[in-house]
Amino acid sequence: MKQETFKIVSNKALTSNVYKMSLLGDTDEITAPGQFVNIKIDGLFLRRPISVCDVYGNTLTLVYKVVGAGTKAMSEMGAGDELDMLVGLGNGYDLDLAGERPLLVGGGVGVPPMLYLAKELKFKGANPIVVMGFNTADEVFLEDDFKSRGFETYVTTVDGSYGIKGFVTDAIAELDYTYFYTCGPEPMLKALYSATKTSGEFSFEERMGCGFGACMGCSCKTITGNKRICKEGPVLKKEEILWED
Amino acid sequence: MNTKVNLCGTELDNPVIPASGTFGYGYEFSELYDINCLGTFSFKGTTKDPRFGNPTPRIAECTSGMINAVGLQNPGVDAVINEELPKLKACFNKPVMANVSGFSVEEYAYTCERLDKEEQVGWLEVNVSCPNVHGGGMTFGTDCESAASVVRAVKAVTTKPVIIKLSPNVTDIASIAKACEDAGADGISLINTMLGMRINLNTKKPVIANKMGGFSGPAIFPVALRMVYQVYEAVDIPIIGMGGISCASDVIEMMLAGATACEIGAMNLVDPFASIKIVEELPLVMQQYGITDLKEIIGGAH
Repeated sequence: MKQETFKIVSNKALTSNVYKMSLLGDTDEITAPGQFVNIKIDGLFLRRPISVCDVYGNTLTLVYKVVGAGTKAMSEMGAGDELDMLVGLGNGYDLDLAGERPLLVGGGVGVPPMLYLAKELKFKGANPIVVMGFNTADEVFLEDDFKSRGFETYVTTVDGSYGIKGFVTDAIAELDYTYFYTCGPEPMLKALYSATKTSGEFSFEERMGCGFGACMGCSCKTITGNKRICKEGPVLKKEEILWED
Repeated sequence: MNTKVNLCGTELDNPVIPASGTFGYGYEFSELYDINCLGTFSFKGTTKDPRFGNPTPRIAECTSGMINAVGLQNPGVDAVINEELPKLKACFNKPVMANVSGFSVEEYAYTCERLDKEEQVGWLEVNVSCPNVHGGGMTFGTDCESAASVVRAVKAVTTKPVIIKLSPNVTDIASIAKACEDAGADGISLINTMLGMRINLNTKKPVIANKMGGFSGPAIFPVALRMVYQVYEAVDIPIIGMGGISCASDVIEMMLAGATACEIGAMNLVDPFASIKIVEELPLVMQQYGITDLKEIIGGAH
């Protein structure tokens, strides 16, 4: 982990409430797809954890949804503005387990980390399949970022207004894959836990205090003991997950 | 410029002490900076048995602060002695403050007795004020006689200085501090977090799964300062002041109110370098206010 100041290069809306922010800064601490940054926002006490969408050289891309005061403030920032961030947080996905044909499943704002993951897997010689799930057509984002890079990409919408009608689990039923990686809302993660045919990795979300393992605010129970979502997570392997309730 | 203070018989290089629950067992922060620059630190609240703590969400944002309801998650005293303290030894060569919590007088005594035997432990900070555990520490800290009963039980089985960490969620903190002093406490630390809550406007339910939690951060500094001031008038034993300290000038203010040393809590969570920044800033702020020997200002506002 490192504390770094990043300068915003661009910040634009992808949908009515999802934004893509590109920043310049020292990205050396970001060592794996699936990690996150924790952002200081003026006037707010706690930092805001946002997953890394992409890293290329010194350019960091964050794709975030406006859900509260912190992300609202971020959406109002522009080129030249600076952000104090803790970078290189969390464990990230384990690329070594992917096999030749890994399946990447993102739901809603869980889609962004799949981009860096897909690129890194391709760089390592794998041929990933990407499935992205949304509620409606006007919520769809990042599809072209995957397609333009040649990834086999499927989009689902719950209401059928775009792509395959239904949930991501409907899209994966006929697919063959060697391993899977996913990030998205917990009901989707639970559905995938049952619907997937191989082992895989899940990225979880939790309200955090510090984001770097000090406060125990985001702990969860797993088969291999208590884990901090921010430190030993956010990515957990299928075999260690204990669903609560 | 002398920043040294004496805490219950042990000299600290400076009065800056990261507070329990915001600094783990220390070694993780040592990856960020050399934690030997600190006066000491108070490690994660430890209980007799391992605890997972409360369900999540455990954290809520507030104006100039936060609420936590972690609920004393810790690996239990055996694991602290056998696993955490050896890891700490590799990166910290000063005495550490052992923070202890419990659910009965016997449990406090047991855990303190175990930690008292550890060479690395310099002080026992006994938390009778955790707002996040049902039927837990806070029951002891909100009543003079039960607080005193914990002090007596712990003092009977330990040799190291016993510092009692008090709750601000009481009507008369000075009388509880006095009761602890009369029962043999060697020091008082205050304040623990204030009981607070937030409600999520989308779900219209409490943000925190446990409904309420401990409010900390710069917002509570004036309350903490006032209580330290009041306790200083009531007792003769050293006081560790904490609650919303975010910079070196807050440390000076807290010491003028009567604190011998200061704990830094919530700020460590939003700025992992907060404590070392305060250590480095302290001599500069002393110079600014014409202070050459920090210990001489303790209680100076009275």
